[in-house]
Amino acid sequence: MSAYETQGFKLDNSGKRVVVDPVTRIEGHLRVEVNLDGDNVIRNAVSTGTMWRGLEIILKGRDPRDAWAFTQRICGVCTGTHALTSVRAVEDALDIKIPENANIIRNLMHATLYAHDHLVHFYHLHALDWVDVVSALKADPKATSTLAQSISSWPLSSPGYFRELQERLKRFVESGQLGPFTNGYWGHPAYKLPPEANLMAVAHYLEALDFQREIVKVQTVFGGKNPHPNWLVGGVPCPINLDHTGAVGAINMERLDLVVGIIDRTIQFVDQVYIPDLLAVASFYKDWAKWGGGLASQNVLAYGEFPDQANDYTNASLLMPRGAIAGGNLKEVHDVDLKDPQQVQEFVTHSWYRYPDEAKGLHPFEGLTEPDFVLGKNTKGSKTDIRELDEGAKYSWIKAPRWRGHAMEVGPLARFLVGYAHGIPEFKEPVEMVLHKLDLPLSALFSTLGRTAARGLECSWAAHRMRYFYDKLVASIKAGNTATANVDKWEPVSWPKEARGVGFSEAPRGALGHWLKIKDTKIDSYQCVVPTTWNGSPRDAAGKIGPFEASLLDTPVAQADQPLEILRTLHSFDPCLACSTHVMSPGGEELSNVLVR
Amino acid sequence: MPPTETFYEVMRSQGITRRSFMKFCSLTAASLGLAPGMAANIAHAMETKPRTPVLWLHGLECTCCSESFIRSGHPLAKDVVLSMISLDYDDTIMAAAGHQAEAILGEVAAKYKGNYILAVEGNPPLNEDGMYCIVGGKPFVEQLRRVAKDAKAVIAWGSCASWGCVQSAKPNPTRATPVHRVITDKPVINVPGCPPIAEVMTAVLAYMLTFDRLPELDRQGRPKMFYGQRIHDKCYRRPHFDAGQYVEHWDDDSARKGYCLYKMGCKGPTTYNACSTVRWNGGVSFPIGSGHGCLGCSEEGFWDRGSFYDRVTDIRQFGIESNADKVGGTAAAVVGAAVVAHAAVSAVKRARHHGPGEEGGD
Repeated sequence: MSAYETQGFKLDNSGKRVVVDPVTRIEGHLRVEVNLDGDNVIRNAVSTGTMWRGLEIILKGRDPRDAWAFTQRICGVCTGTHALTSVRAVEDALDIKIPENANIIRNLMHATLYAHDHLVHFYHLHALDWVDVVSALKADPKATSTLAQSISSWPLSSPGYFRELQERLKRFVESGQLGPFTNGYWGHPAYKLPPEANLMAVAHYLEALDFQREIVKVQTVFGGKNPHPNWLVGGVPCPINLDHTGAVGAINMERLDLVVGIIDRTIQFVDQVYIPDLLAVASFYKDWAKWGGGLASQNVLAYGEFPDQANDYTNASLLMPRGAIAGGNLKEVHDVDLKDPQQVQEFVTHSWYRYPDEAKGLHPFEGLTEPDFVLGKNTKGSKTDIRELDEGAKYSWIKAPRWRGHAMEVGPLARFLVGYAHGIPEFKEPVEMVLHKLDLPLSALFSTLGRTAARGLECSWAAHRMRYFYDKLVASIKAGNTATANVDKWEPVSWPKEARGVGFSEAPRGALGHWLKIKDTKIDSYQCVVPTTWNGSPRDAAGKIGPFEASLLDTPVAQADQPLEILRTLHSFDPCLACSTHVMSPGGEELSNVLVR
Repeated sequence: MPPTETFYEVMRSQGITRRSFMKFCSLTAASLGLAPGMAANIAHAMETKPRTPVLWLHGLECTCCSESFIRSGHPLAKDVVLSMISLDYDDTIMAAAGHQAEAILGEVAAKYKGNYILAVEGNPPLNEDGMYCIVGGKPFVEQLRRVAKDAKAVIAWGSCASWGCVQSAKPNPTRATPVHRVITDKPVINVPGCPPIAEVMTAVLAYMLTFDRLPELDRQGRPKMFYGQRIHDKCYRRPHFDAGQYVEHWDDDSARKGYCLYKMGCKGPTTYNACSTVRWNGGVSFPIGSGHGCLGCSEEGFWDRGSFYDRVTDIRQFGIESNADKVGGTAAAVVGAAVVAHAAVSAVKRARHHGPGEEGGD
């Protein structure tokens, strides 16, 4: 390839090649290569997942009731998402109905994850793209206090507070041991915040690091630990016992009090710290409403999440709606059917896997994964020392999923766009509020800034929904419902000889699906198509690029050797590579192709 | 400007008084289960020691160990990173990326030769020339070996690094391999669990920095202070086990009364970990406390011991006097781990003779 056009983008790999590997502040291992033209504008982008674990091969032959624990270990950052998706897949396959309380508790645990994950992403994975830590040393603590108090009523905002923090930071920097801030791009011309905003953001970086510990305790109450709480096919493992002997050790009044206290503090932190910070930082980076949009203005996909009624996974019940938007037409939301073989398909033309016919995609029920680590003839370097990849050949451990042939963006922005297109006020109004405050048009949503803003809005949405689910749980218990598990089909003897099911969820990073086949009470095949498989997708048989690649195109880069702009846009997706680089084969023969040394 | 700053200096510079500093040392001693007199030793160590560089690498893993680490309540992750250690490389949180990130590894290894800690989350896959996990265009296993070469000691975080964990479950398609099988000439401290408890992780680090030695390890390379007893030995539901009061079905009356989960597949009787004592997330709960059996996630090969809901049938001993040295582990593994444990102590003793900066501090 030298130059070609796809999906409205022009790609040209003739310019200077810049490699970023590892891409840091993400989950897992990601490599990106770009070509810059003479004006340092990105004209070609190559996104490569650089890890492969083989979990779905490992699942074959196991007890379906155990699958949640295995798949949960796909990712410890979005912990619980895969477990939830897995128990839903098994329940779908075996037609198991869960009690209302179990549904509410699952929703509460999942909303907890959203609040936690988005907060940690913004402050600890994304903030350093916008915040110059070293510049904070130049801030006037008093002016920082004035700034902080002008945007929020958050009480930790006195001049003394910021002065003390600045002193700590100063000693830290002067020690010469910069720890995780070593070799950052401090002083880079693309950093635009004044020193006071930087100091405020550093303070909140540390406060958020302290506070995130609290949020997850909601999962600990119901699931016993975090990361990786416990789940159960047929319901949730924690029983409810308000009144009787042995109440200590089940969900009781003390546990509920602990949960509601955390929820209220979470709402306060998100609304008084995260959202004001997001708006303040965004006001200095409005340029980023022009770049990084990629496919967001064309194709987005959401499977939907948070069933308000137990066992009803239709849009009538889902608080976060399902749907696909194609060709940028927000007036029409398409139905999504995960069991339709024509809708979700995965391609491997440019992935390190082999299909009998790589011109075609395969639906996850018929998925195939045969590892095939080969490099193209234009690769620079060797097999174990890759300097530049050849994107004309296979170049990633990520497959290329497509919906009706389209590459789709998933995640908070996709969900807000689907919610917006459905005309649902709780998605439409916050978006309009942000656009109004920043004085930006609707098209500004399709950008790095839009993606980052949508995540913040969703964090607030989730925090408030935590309270909604808590209130609902209390009302349910008050009405006399205490059941948390349905064990009618717990024993495998009650299962049909063969069954298949799909579980879906909206992980914090986007649409997640598990496709499961059960045969003779064991897993016959298991296939996951995860958010970063969609977003980090390599090219497909038709040369169509995925969201990461598309979003990097046409972005100007200030300094080619300091990839700050690339990090900004990639981080706006919150990549999760352990999730995306999966594998599967229902056939079971693929192992013969793995070289054993 | 001094190249390094002691923990005490950092705390004083933050406006922390001598009195508060001593209080911190007492709390640290208490949280480690040490006699009150040990607070003075901690204080002395904190006053004189520079921050030890830690290089935290990621192989095949799910990042749950990092997530657990930042949940630590005492010490707070913030204080560990800003004041206790110098976390110079950790691709999950570090500001730098690409070659600026990779350059740090070489710089630290040269400047602090023999005096930095290598922390590993995840493990290297050895199939396909190691290319199932690529960092900087090369196999992760190369990075691991390179950084281990000049490390003082290696901490294997979690079950991935300690045993292989989920990607090494049968049939282990990538040949995911525990760290101690690849790094054989350095002390390796296994801190298993999927993930390990946050305060166990930070305590292992704090112990090494405070006492300038490795914690005492069992034959499987685990710190005895946290992995010396089974979940079952200290489980608050143990009286129900002894009384024969069991949960028979999920959400039955016995479940609501908090009876023993043994019949629901609980692996507490065969799992060495601190969950039933230290508990999770600031003591809020632990799996059994929230109604689900223990999965045994800190045990080697726990994925391949049948369903998580199969009843444990191989409880060898019931007394709490039993320990990991008496139960579990193949003969070869036991001998190997014992050698590693001894090597560890010796290596650290040697390392203590060399002050940081001696080999090239500026």
